[in-house]
Amino acid sequence: MSTISPDEGVARRLKALACTAPLHDLDARKGRLEWDAAGYQMAEIGLQAIDQVTLAMDFDHGADHAEIVRRLLPFVAAQAPHAPRAEHARVAQWVIDNLVNVGSIDRGFAVEYGSTDAQGRYQRRRFDFKLLVEVAAADGGVYLRASDEAINVLVGALDTDVESAQEAAETKLETLIVRGRLGDARLAAEQARYRTVQYAESLRRKLEATRRDVRSVDWLDAVPQLLDEALTHIEARYRAETVIKANIADARDEAVEPERRRQAAELVEVVDDCIQRHTQLQARLQEAGAAFRAEQDRQQFSGKPKRASVDVFGQLLRPALGLTVGAADDPVTAYFAAGTGVWSPSVPSLGGLVETLLTPPTDRDPFGAEVPEPELAPQPRERFGEQAWQLVDAVLPVPGQGPVRLSEALARSREAGADLPQLVALRALHAVGTAIGTARTQGDPSVLIAVDDGAVLDDPEFGGADLLLAVAGVEGERRVPGDG
Amino acid sequence: MADTETAARLVAFGMRPKALPGRDPDYAELVRRYREDDEFRDTVQRIASGLGLVVLAVDPAPGIVLAATEGSVFEIRMDTYARRTALTNRAADKVLHGIAHLAVAALAFPRPDDLGDDSYVGRVSVELVDGAVREACRVLNERAAGPADPESDAPQLEEVWRVWLRRPEATATKDGRTGESTTRGIVGKALRFLADQGFLVPVGAEGAYRTTPRYQVQVRELAAQRAFDELLSLNVLPVGAAAGSLVAEPAGAFDTGPTPEGGPGTTAHPVSEFEQEEGAVSGEPAPGDPGTSPSVVAHQVSDNAQQDAPEAPAPAPAPAPATGSDGPDV
Repeated sequence: MSTISPDEGVARRLKALACTAPLHDLDARKGRLEWDAAGYQMAEIGLQAIDQVTLAMDFDHGADHAEIVRRLLPFVAAQAPHAPRAEHARVAQWVIDNLVNVGSIDRGFAVEYGSTDAQGRYQRRRFDFKLLVEVAAADGGVYLRASDEAINVLVGALDTDVESAQEAAETKLETLIVRGRLGDARLAAEQARYRTVQYAESLRRKLEATRRDVRSVDWLDAVPQLLDEALTHIEARYRAETVIKANIADARDEAVEPERRRQAAELVEVVDDCIQRHTQLQARLQEAGAAFRAEQDRQQFSGKPKRASVDVFGQLLRPALGLTVGAADDPVTAYFAAGTGVWSPSVPSLGGLVETLLTPPTDRDPFGAEVPEPELAPQPRERFGEQAWQLVDAVLPVPGQGPVRLSEALARSREAGADLPQLVALRALHAVGTAIGTARTQGDPSVLIAVDDGAVLDDPEFGGADLLLAVAGVEGERRVPGDG
Repeated sequence: MADTETAARLVAFGMRPKALPGRDPDYAELVRRYREDDEFRDTVQRIASGLGLVVLAVDPAPGIVLAATEGSVFEIRMDTYARRTALTNRAADKVLHGIAHLAVAALAFPRPDDLGDDSYVGRVSVELVDGAVREACRVLNERAAGPADPESDAPQLEEVWRVWLRRPEATATKDGRTGESTTRGIVGKALRFLADQGFLVPVGAEGAYRTTPRYQVQVRELAAQRAFDELLSLNVLPVGAAAGSLVAEPAGAFDTGPTPEGGPGTTAHPVSEFEQEEGAVSGEPAPGDPGTSPSVVAHQVSDNAQQDAPEAPAPAPAPAPATGSDGPDV
């Protein structure tokens, strides 16, 4: 910042340049991290992060922190595909933290630049800016929003009027479509979307102020005018985007080249999103009038004051905000001392002190609190005991053995025990529909299968087909020769 | 002697932030007696004065409202209040804490009328207060002309609104609470502190508070007046409009820069010069002047408070940081 700049343009460019500094800084500092981050292009991830936050933040909310990390993962992973996923998340988190500038009290960045004042005196000034801002939402959560500076850095259109920039972006878009350069058109469409977001953001602030205090906003002229402008703007944009969309849809349908077709389809999505955002904005604008009336009722307008007193906001707070830090100290300290009431000094009592000192310290169990007795649900008794299963195993075929008839297995099991045939029958039935897939995932070497070859079962207890039972090896895990 | 003890009991009630005549028949009886018995009133005021306190008001709704005189043991000091802030930006932090308290009052009583109307109950929340201050800062930012950025080597010369605007409103902390040095953290601290002092009462679960009559008296009779005098001495007071406190004014309706010399930096304030002389010279409120300026009427209000305490020290010994050059002796 050594150049002397009598001209404001230089200062403006210096500031614009400064906004990119945190991004460069990311790459400069990655070498100093405790872990190896040399393989990552931090500035690139930083820009992606700003992109993602800008796209994810909507009218009411910012972007959820965790969500942004999640969205960043693919970009980080693309740079170092072999690194573990945890490291990707760590890189994403680090980049976001640095763009917020966690650790500084203002959570922002500052850069010094010089300018000459009206008397021709050179002065160093400080430019404060932020890239990602943490904002509190109504639900108590903290969300991320991209600052105006960030959006400007991102779009590369520094110090431009929101509306005119959008016009320009869209003119560019149309030209590109006419010339058939869809890749560029997509880029321009995305720029248009950033502009839309930025526009919505500035409108949101106005509406929020209205909601807070109707009198902070001039509802007689300024706001109706603003709403009018915004609606006209949305109308124009809506029309333009519908035309663009129709054009791209045509381009998409006529395109023969698959790559071109895909680009056009993506572009349609982007424009759709723009239209959706405009619709959202328009809905808010329509509600604004009702919000004003409701707030007016709530904030209760009334007649002339009954007793004249100080206007705390207009006569105290606002002038105080306009003072310098040094000058404001006296008034606000005076207010504080007078406005906080009386402090009752706490008097230590000897009795209380002695008691406190004599109280034995509560012992802490080094093993921690008692583990609660888990409540266990009674386990239902097994229908067949372990022994029954073993006995049944004996009558069923084993690997390497030929198939066995169900009738034969039933007869043999009946000799061993009266309730065994039932288990044999059940296992045989289960074997009819053996799930090979399950067996394979479980790593079973072989499965029992049952085949109906048409023979009829002749048994005192059971009826049906006299199944052929055999053991089949499961391929893939371990190969067991089976004759099934 | 029995009377002295009773009178002291009334003063003691005033030091309990949560005690209210409505809840305690004994307290209510003392309040009634204060209002009816001149001798008793005198005793109460003498006791208070001896302790370094001023009786601001005694009324059935807020009870007895006391204020500490400067240097009294009962005085709450900003240094104690904001002691946990880092040394590096201590000056700025103290101002931010003060602004937060000022903003709570501004949002609790948005119109002068609300401050004057005894039946008015204001509602405030962290979000409301921080949001309104931020909005006011943003408006000031838009109005700021010339080289907008502060000088880098003179943090004392940076405007307060820049500092507030630059502070994040919230930061994500590990335990999910708002960071202490954020603007919401600062406002939240102010609200909790005022609630502990019996000035605010939490309502609902969402961090909203309503004002108590005690707070209204404190702000109206003393705090606003003190800040008013200080700002007056800095020549930065705009004309008060009865109806609107924060209607967007045309740019330049008030001048925010402290003008060290010359006429008042405000638009024609009929009595501001006179007021300033008074403040700078005697530190005593002006005797009831039939002026129309809210400042004068406000002075009358505090006069009333003083007439209640004929021999008590003036509630506002008005340090009046002398603007020096101007303010000829009267």
